[in-house]
Amino acid sequence: MTSDIAAILGIDGIATGAIYILVAIGTVLIFTVTRVIFIPFGDIAAFTALTLAALDMGQVPGTIGLVAVLACIAATMEVFGLVRRQEFRKIPIALLYYLVLPLLIVLAVWALIPLAPPLPVRIAMALILIMPISPLLDRIVFRPVADGSVLLLLIISVALHFALVGLGLLFFGPEGVRTEPLTSMSIDIGGIMISGQNILILVAAIAFSGGLLLFFDFTLIGKALRATAINRTGARLMGIRPTRAGTVAYLLGSLMAGVSGVLIAPVNTIFYDSGFLLGLKAFVGAIIGGLASYPGTALGALFVGVLESFASFYNSAFKDVIVFSLLIPILLWRSFTVIHSEEESEE
Amino acid sequence: MSILSVQNVSVSYDKVEAVRDVSLSIDEGRIVTVIGPNGAGKTTLMLAIIGLLRSKGNIYYHGESLSRFDVEDRVGRGLCLVPERRELFHDMSVFDNLLLGGYGLRDRSRLKSNMEKVFDRFPRLRERSKQLAGTLSGGERQMLALGRALMSDPKLLLLDEPSLGLAPLIVREIFKTIASLREAGVSILLVEQNARAALETADYGYVLETGEIVQSGPAADLIRDDKLIETYLGGR
Amino acid sequence: MKQSQIYLIATAAVLCVAGAPFVLSAFSLTLLNFIGIYSLVAIGLVLVTGVTGIVSFGQAAFVGIAAYATAWATALNGYSPWLGLLLGVVLTCSVAGLLGLLTLRLKGHFLSLSTIAWGLAISYLFGNVPWLGQHNGISSVPPISIGSFKLMESWQIYYLIWAFVVAAVILAYNLLNSRVGRAMRTLRGGDTLVESLGIDAFRIKLISFIVAALPAAVSGWLYAHLSRFVSPAPFEAGMSIEYLMMAMIGGHGSIIGAIVGAAFVTLMKNSIQDYLPLLVKGASGQLEIVAFAALFILFLQRARQGVVPYVRKYLPRPIPVTPPKAAELSRRTQPAPGTVLLDASQAERRFGGLVAVNQVSFDVRSGEILGLIGPNGAGKTTMFNLLTGALKLSAGDIAFAGKSVTDRRQYQIAQSGVARTFQHVKLRPNMTLIENVMLGTYPRTKTGFFRGAFRLNTDEEASAFHEALFQLRRVGLGDKPYELAGNLSLGSQRVLEIARALAADPILLVLDEPAAGLRRQEKQQLAELLRSLRSENLTILLVEHDMEFVMGLVDRIVVMDFGSKICEGVPKDVRNDARVQEAYLGAVA
Repeated sequence: MTSDIAAILGIDGIATGAIYILVAIGTVLIFTVTRVIFIPFGDIAAFTALTLAALDMGQVPGTIGLVAVLACIAATMEVFGLVRRQEFRKIPIALLYYLVLPLLIVLAVWALIPLAPPLPVRIAMALILIMPISPLLDRIVFRPVADGSVLLLLIISVALHFALVGLGLLFFGPEGVRTEPLTSMSIDIGGIMISGQNILILVAAIAFSGGLLLFFDFTLIGKALRATAINRTGARLMGIRPTRAGTVAYLLGSLMAGVSGVLIAPVNTIFYDSGFLLGLKAFVGAIIGGLASYPGTALGALFVGVLESFASFYNSAFKDVIVFSLLIPILLWRSFTVIHSEEESEE
Repeated sequence: MSILSVQNVSVSYDKVEAVRDVSLSIDEGRIVTVIGPNGAGKTTLMLAIIGLLRSKGNIYYHGESLSRFDVEDRVGRGLCLVPERRELFHDMSVFDNLLLGGYGLRDRSRLKSNMEKVFDRFPRLRERSKQLAGTLSGGERQMLALGRALMSDPKLLLLDEPSLGLAPLIVREIFKTIASLREAGVSILLVEQNARAALETADYGYVLETGEIVQSGPAADLIRDDKLIETYLGGR
Repeated sequence: MKQSQIYLIATAAVLCVAGAPFVLSAFSLTLLNFIGIYSLVAIGLVLVTGVTGIVSFGQAAFVGIAAYATAWATALNGYSPWLGLLLGVVLTCSVAGLLGLLTLRLKGHFLSLSTIAWGLAISYLFGNVPWLGQHNGISSVPPISIGSFKLMESWQIYYLIWAFVVAAVILAYNLLNSRVGRAMRTLRGGDTLVESLGIDAFRIKLISFIVAALPAAVSGWLYAHLSRFVSPAPFEAGMSIEYLMMAMIGGHGSIIGAIVGAAFVTLMKNSIQDYLPLLVKGASGQLEIVAFAALFILFLQRARQGVVPYVRKYLPRPIPVTPPKAAELSRRTQPAPGTVLLDASQAERRFGGLVAVNQVSFDVRSGEILGLIGPNGAGKTTMFNLLTGALKLSAGDIAFAGKSVTDRRQYQIAQSGVARTFQHVKLRPNMTLIENVMLGTYPRTKTGFFRGAFRLNTDEEASAFHEALFQLRRVGLGDKPYELAGNLSLGSQRVLEIARALAADPILLVLDEPAAGLRRQEKQQLAELLRSLRSENLTILLVEHDMEFVMGLVDRIVVMDFGSKICEGVPKDVRNDARVQEAYLGAVA
């Protein structure tokens, strides 16, 4: 291998890693706040890419139907629960959040499609359309078992991923998409061409993860989110609702995953089921960070990206085997460095 | 007018009843203490009042039943629990811990003035405001837990074993603070194993044994009760 | 239900299975074949996930290893399918053993995440190794033959499949009701409990893991020779989830539930394939997985218990059979009264900057009851955990019977004669009293996994049973040995823990706040029991908060406060010690 090839592989790997960073940080955020290991973030990223592709072609994306259906289910569940607990006063608010807001988003996007808005607007439309999905899924799927063990939540999360893949096919169809490049420029550094797309990916990864850190450090709601992650009971005793903190976390996480979907769509062809590998590889990065540390997660995700890039050069058939096998030594190393309390699963 | 009235409350874990048919009440602006041995159900009772544990029976706050309110609703109404385990946010600074104590304040401008009041009450916290809560000593942690609770302008403070694991000198300081809170108009339910200190501070006392109230009366009377002295106060 | 009735029902069930090919259509038979094949995997999963609590997302990969092994051996190299079975089983169990050695020290969800990782890695391997046919797989796998008789028809292999299922059910059932099985069923109570009983938790996990891979391997072998073709698809992550679903729908830790779950999932999948296109026009096959996943999620939300435990509630409970009298388990000779049993010297434990136990020295002598007291937060519990090996010392030393405990694991300390109880009672609520106490006999018995599964252990099992019954009677719980432990009152549960500890034939009994939460009368009975144990030369260390209880009972007292020992002596002196008054009895000026 020449140093040129190594440099190209390295740059490619860093760009891939930057994509993983966005998804991985969302995963860590959700896990710390809600204890859910949200496997479907990869699917959210893929759905964003598919949504953007449909918008590019002036078609109505399947996401519109998906969000509408989920909003109806979530609103029904919420209202049903409130009626059973006889908390009638809370029904209007519940309907606003679970039904009206998502449907407003759906309607707004739907109304904008025929106007053929420019690319930045289309990206914004795709992102805003994708953001309600995970909070709604949280309401439908995870909240009824919020007190379950991490393991139970994990099993449900894996099952949810499979449901989403099926829904993806139903709402988006089997065709793969590749969106138009966000930029066509490229720069030459020391004889190596770096595409503008790669730079954009890196910039976006830095901007969004940096933004998240600022949000944690400088806003009361950001601090409340961190507090919930550190000590749930303590947070509840301060009047911070873990469910609400969870919703904020899901929204933010979806935004990050959505951005990664937008960024990856011009580089790779995205199918309805492409999210799984994306999500899982990001997840390997998140585990390197111990599912807790954001800088660790970022480094881990970068490492996975670079490893994958070099592995695919040597033996592209085995790159996934290599990445996932890597998880075992990482978990072992983690189990010696992370102190976790013994979780006892009683029946 | 009692601020809190607990009526025939029972709490069970699976099949074991940890609190059985407990009734007690707290008058506005008073300190009421519940004393009793380890495992008597004191903490369970506190968790039931704040809503972290489900209970049978009725709990009224300002005459309004709390049964339909969850923990966050109760906190929003002015109840505040300082739990036995403190439940601080260890990886956050003292300042942020206090700030989150005021999370529920409608009037955000009170955050600053309340923080000043807490710092005046516990100057040690002002010195350490940048330090992580996890690096504080036991006494400082208890001060922080109390301070964090005071940030929300509570009407009824539930204190679970505030003297737990603290050196006598600090215990004295904590109880002085508790007594001074009464002056500020806060009603307090105090659960303690340190029976003597609790009874010296409180207006009224209940004795809880194996989940049941076995005795109650004005604190001044209880502290002179022969049987209690023998069991909890370590002889004469 | 009597034992004979259970046998009758089991025989009837076997006859039904045997008679099925004579009445059912070829299609139904094919379904039954698949149900049988899936049941085998699910039975393994019930053992590892349902019973021991290790959630495996990778079981399909184990099936795949065996399927590919036999396909490689038979289709590509022309060996006999039986050699393929041997290869498949050996290979699968070796891989499981290796993965287990690597990953089973992980805790909780980290362990399950690792199963996703190796499950994926192995299934990607199938699709990418050139000599395994990559994504095309391996075709023309020969049928299984017995002698020269080839099992070509689906009813022929049907008998083979279900013979394996019946055998797996019986072996798994035997195993669960043996010494190792009881240990497996205890793992969900946490490693601390398991190790305190002298059981090597890691070893039990490893055994469970390999045992679970065994039926999966057989299933893979049968699958390859039934469909006569292997490709990567049936061994991917999605299938692992389906297996998990079968094991969980059938019921928590229920062996029969595995078959029920496999049948349920297979039939449901089949009917979804049939009816979904009618309900939703143009529904693609993928909608099937949506419906499936949705149902699974709904199941996990609403009815986690599973089918079989739900049905079982309405059935009469089996009447247990009391085993015949058997030889007594051997006993230790208790050391001479007065010898130093436990010797803590300058023991120290720090957590970060906090010193929880600060240079504490004391000893426990044979035949006495020593009370370790102090206010909450004084470091008693930490001290307790140091003595029993649950925590490691930062400095100093603790010796038990002359040997340092510092380098020994918790279960090794327990095996050497330290038995403990827990402040927050740790019993197996769904096991009977007698089973809970039999757990205590683990270090005194030897039956391994193999002897347990084949029931070659009846003598020892009977000895353990009678030892447990003896201990139950000794503490006053002998009248209802088949009651579930979860149904007892807190007081009785504490006493049951003591019986379990006694069943280990300990030299030193360590009790963590045994009086907490007890009624006055229960406390008196407990004190009475402890006194009678002392009169039988048992040494007892009591960590307690309740002064009244301790004062009247113990021979000597060690008082701790803020991590340090502040006083030691007979109860009368301790009560009058000024420092104790100040620290413990809460004197505030």
